[in-house]
Formats: sequence, C-alpha cells, structure tokens
Amino acid sequence: MKTLVWVEHDGSVVKDSTLSTVAAAAKLGEVHLLVAGQGVDGVAQAAARIAGVGKVHVADDAVYAHALAENVAPLVVELMGHHDAFVAPSTTTGKNIAPRVAALLDVMQISDILSVEGPDTFTRPIYAGNAIATVQTSDKKLVITVRGTAFEKVAAEGGSGTIEAVTSTGDQGLSSFEGSEIAKNARPELTSAKVIVSGGRALGSAEKFHELIDPLADALGAGVGASRAAVDAGYAPNDYQVGQTGKIVAPEVYVAVGISGAIQHLAGMKDSKTIIAINKDADAPIFQVADLGLVGDLFKVVPELTEKLGAGA
Amino acid sequence: MTKERDRRMKVIVPVKRVLDYNVKPRVKADGTGVDLANVKMSMNPFDEIAVEEAIRLKDKGVTEIVAVSIGEAKSQETLRTALAMGADRAILVVSEEKLEPLAVAKILAKICAEEQPSLVICGKQAIDDDNNQTGQMLAGLLGWGQGTFASKVELTAETATVTREVDGGAETDSFKLPAVVTTDLRLNEPRYASLPNIMKAKSKPMAQKTPADYGVDVAPRIKTLKVVEPGKRSAGVKVADVDELVMKLSAMGIKK
Ligand SMILES: Cc1cc2nc3c(=O)[nH]c(=O)nc-3n(C[C@H](O)[C@H](O)[C@H](O)COP(=O)(O)OP(=O)(O)OC[C@H]3O[C@@H](n4cnc5c(N)ncnc54)[C@H](O)[C@@H]3O)c2cc1C
Ligand SMILES: Nc1ncnc2c1ncn2[C@@H]1O[C@H](COP(=O)(O)O)[C@@H](O)[C@H]1O
Repeated sequence: MKTLVWVEHDGSVVKDSTLSTVAAAAKLGEVHLLVAGQGVDGVAQAAARIAGVGKVHVADDAVYAHALAENVAPLVVELMGHHDAFVAPSTTTGKNIAPRVAALLDVMQISDILSVEGPDTFTRPIYAGNAIATVQTSDKKLVITVRGTAFEKVAAEGGSGTIEAVTSTGDQGLSSFEGSEIAKNARPELTSAKVIVSGGRALGSAEKFHELIDPLADALGAGVGASRAAVDAGYAPNDYQVGQTGKIVAPEVYVAVGISGAIQHLAGMKDSKTIIAINKDADAPIFQVADLGLVGDLFKVVPELTEKLGAGA
Repeated sequence: MTKERDRRMKVIVPVKRVLDYNVKPRVKADGTGVDLANVKMSMNPFDEIAVEEAIRLKDKGVTEIVAVSIGEAKSQETLRTALAMGADRAILVVSEEKLEPLAVAKILAKICAEEQPSLVICGKQAIDDDNNQTGQMLAGLLGWGQGTFASKVELTAETATVTREVDGGAETDSFKLPAVVTTDLRLNEPRYASLPNIMKAKSKPMAQKTPADYGVDVAPRIKTLKVVEPGKRSAGVKVADVDELVMKLSAMGIKK
C-alpha cells in the first residue's frame, strides 16, 4: 500500500505530530509525504530526512500558504490518483482537510485512530474515549486521521526521501486567509510536553491562574493546560484546553489543579503516565484516575509545592 | 441589503440526537456498542450552539432557519427543541439504521440543492462517534467553503468571516457564500427554550422524509467489529501533605 502523509509544519519547522502520523502510516505500507505551503524548501528537506520516508511531494504555492482546506483538498485528491491512503494527524489542520478529501474521493474517513490492526482495520475512541471501537472499512481508498499520543514517533533524522515538485491545483476562489493570532508560548507545546500542569475553574481569575500555575509549571519544566471551564472564564487561552474537544495529551506527568475531572476533561488526559491531582474535595472524580492525590486548598498548597520543588532543585 | 437579497438568507442547521453529555456511556456486555436503552438523549451540544448562532444571525439579515435531523423517528424531539429555541421549520429524515457522516452529508447536500440556503451551520463534532467530519464533507460535496471550529461568525450579503479555533490559537478566514460553518464551544452560550416557545414549537411545520426520497446510497462503508471499554485506571494513593507529595515526586524522578 502507498500512503500519502500530510506534513504538519509552520512554514519552517516540521511539527512533531507529523512523526507520529508517519509511524501510523508505516504500518500500512510505503510512506510518501505531502508538503504544501509557500517557501517550503526547508520543510521539504527536513521532511525527506524523516526515518523511513520514500518520496516527498512538494506543492509550493501561495494558495497553500495557510493550508485552506478548499485549496488543499483538490491537490490531495490529485495525488490520491496514485496513492492508496491519505493519512493526516488529528490536528485542527488535519481535521479540517481530511473529511473534505474523503468526500471528494467518496470514501468514509476513519477519525482519530489509536492503532492499525490490519490493512483495513483500526481502533478508535468513541464517546469521549469511554469506549474503543474496532472498525473495518470496505472503501478502496483510505482516509485516516491519527491520534498522535497513540503512536511512538519515528525519528526525525535518518531518512533519505526524494523530493518531487507537484503542480499547483490553483485557488478555488472559495476562501481566503484574513489573519491569525497564534499565541507565542515559550513553554513546551502541550501535545509533546513531558510534564503538564493544568488549572481549572477553582483558580478563579486569570491573575491567579498565572500567579499559581505558571511558577509550578516552571519548577517542573512543564507545559500549561486548562479545563474548559477555566478557558471559558477567560483564565487561559483556548488552545490550552485539554479534553474531548480540546487537546489530547499523554505526558509522563499530568498535574490537575482545581479540576473536578468531568468525563470530557478525562478524555483528553487519562492516558498520561502519572496523574497528580490537587483538589479540596476528596470526592472529586479526578481522584479516581489520579496516581497521587492531595486533598487541600490549592491557594495554600500550590505555592508551598512550588517553593519546595524549587528548593530541592 | 435589498429585500430580494434578504429573502434568500436562509440557514440550515443539522442537529443530531445523541446520548446526553452528562450521562456516563456504558459499553454493552456483548461488545456491540454503547447501551442507549432507557438513557437520556439530547441534542448534540455543538448543535445547540449552531441553532443559537443561527437565531442570533436573524438580527443580521437571516430570514429563515430550517433545522434538519437524520436518524430514528425520535429525532423529532430534537427537532422540536430546535424549533422551541427559535428555528422556523424542520425536516426529519427517518432512518432507523445509523448513518455514517458521508451518507448524512450526501442527504444534507440534496436538501441544500432543494432549499438553496446561504449558510449551513453544523456542530464541529457529534459527541457520540466523535467523528468531526460531516460539515467538511458537506462543503466538499457542494463545492462550498468551510469555516470550521468557529468561535465567531460575521455575515455580509456575500461572505462569512469566521474566526476559527486552531491548535496554536485563532485564525480568521473569509468564505464566499453559500458556505458551511461548524461550531466550536466558545461561539456562544445557547439559550433554553421557554415554556411558551415549547408550546408554540408544537405547531411549527415539520416535514418527514426518508433517505430514499433523496435517492442517496446510504449503505455503510465501515463495519464495527467490536466495542470495548478502555483500559481502566485505578485510583492511586492520597498523600497527607505537600512534603509527602514532594517526596513521592522525587522518588519517581519527577523534578526539574
Ligand atoms: C460538548 C462538551 C465538550 C466539552 N469538552 C471539554 C473539554 O475538552 N475539556 C474540558 O476540560 N471540559 C470540557 N467540557 C466541560 C466539562 O463538562 C466540565 O464542565 C469542565 O471540565 C469543568 O471544568 P473544571 O473541572 O475546571 O470546573 P469544575 O467542574 O467547576 O471543578 C472545579 C473543581 O475545583 C475544586 N476546587 C474549588 N476550589 C478549590 C480550592 N480552593 N482548592 C482546590 N480545589 C478547589 C472543586 O472541588 C472542583 O472539583 C465539555 C463539555 C461539553 C458539554
Ligand atoms: N444524523 C445527523 N442528523 C443531523 N445532523 C447531523 C447528523 N450527523 C451529524 N450531523 C451534523 O454534523 C455535525 C458533525 O457530526 P460528526 O461529523 O458526526 O461528528 C453534527 O454536530 C451535526 O451538526
């Protein structure tokens, strides 16, 4: 089987989500990549060095600069003329593009796979991860999105793919990019962070969120996440949200501070290796999944913890 | 905007009946799926947000809201909720068999060809199968733009400008109308239907159809072989105080 993997990048750097997607695609067959964007020479070169990669198709054109699905989908459809599977990460970009490609190819997409059980058989979470379905497709071509935390990343180096330019399929005239506000964040990206500290509604304000969560994250070298309640209340930006409808994370250590543990939140973090919960309610559901639980008032406990962790460093 | 133009500002809102988000899903012992017998069912939360958005756009040139649901006959309850919130009429496409997003998108595409809406507002994801596909598929089938994961929607006569929740933050794109928008959680806070409106909704029109009426092949492409519960995590230990937590953390090698 020949697979075509969507390379997630920011114009200069290949994102980690690409590496887990390649890992999933490699279980299906030969791995070809698609790098689409504007001025993406560097990305293409880096993509060609990913372990196990064959061909790298490069579509370098202004119409792909912002990965608008309306323009990218026809390009993918064209390349799917000689590939058997389109495989994209379950990022907002992948989730935007892949179903459009599937519809144009008249196939049912398989969303957010956790494992490859065979050439047509996969597992995937349903009901916010409260059930895992094994599904088998009868479609001739596959369109798949991949849950990054479920696949061990392949090495970013060591491959020697060949780069091949693809002709642009042009502007479909349906959409245009107006602007973006991408948060500049010095902290590790949530989906690849080894340690994450997340804050919930209990923090009470944006000021307290930063005053308490940030130093604890610093002491642990952690990324910062949040519950939906904290994001909705404006304590933290939307891309911090962990959960069914936010980011799915699986760090070595996840620290939940003042988060109750609603199923939608658990859906995003319960595969973390070690879960630590701080909550004043001993019956909070988060304690049912926590390896280490501390019952207490976070406004007292968190500064103390931060200080003692700092002292020991 | 001219009157003529106004008349064409129709919005279609597809709404799905799903297990209520407060109910903990239970996997059936025989491994065939999640138990939906005698449990509370509700409108998919993202679709409530979609209905709400359509209603808010009524102040901005939208003249008619048509709610559509495809599924078992009981989906009419979901449509009544949409009507009670403020949709004007409803279309129920009855299928006792569960349909996949591609089949749903094909039916919706046929409905769009008949109804000629300016905008379709879908939820970004149905919280039962967590597919996150239907809106994008519909846009692809129709050759329309797709403003996915919307946290803000602005309409003019010709375009929808959509702020989208993307991984790194927010992105704003504009789409030629007609277009498809899919809702994210922060687009709005949906209203509750008032009692008088629930009463009024009973007399609003609801057309009933079947997939065959649209001549769409809805045969499933995907077979579910089995459904199991995920690996369970067991509760760990509670520590007495911060000192014990710090000690445990060091023992595990978790420290900067
Ligand atoms: C369709 C849908 C999708 C959703 N998706 C997500 C998602 O992706 N991610 C997500 O997180 N949620 C999601 N939710 C929301 C989810 O259901 C919960 O409402 C949310 O996770 C609650 O956030 P919280 O735990 O911060 O707040 P709460 O549930 O209010 O919990 C606050 C906790 O803080 C504790 N506390 C209060 N004061 C203190 C103190 N001083 N010290 C210590 N502890 C204290 C309380 O005991 C309580 O347990 C979704 C909901 C819906 C309907
Ligand atoms: N059977 C259905 N009837 C009506 N709308 C649906 C149906 N299935 C999906 N949708 C719409 O498509 C959105 C995304 O669903 P999904 O692609 O299944 O995650 C939902 O939020 C609804 O707006």
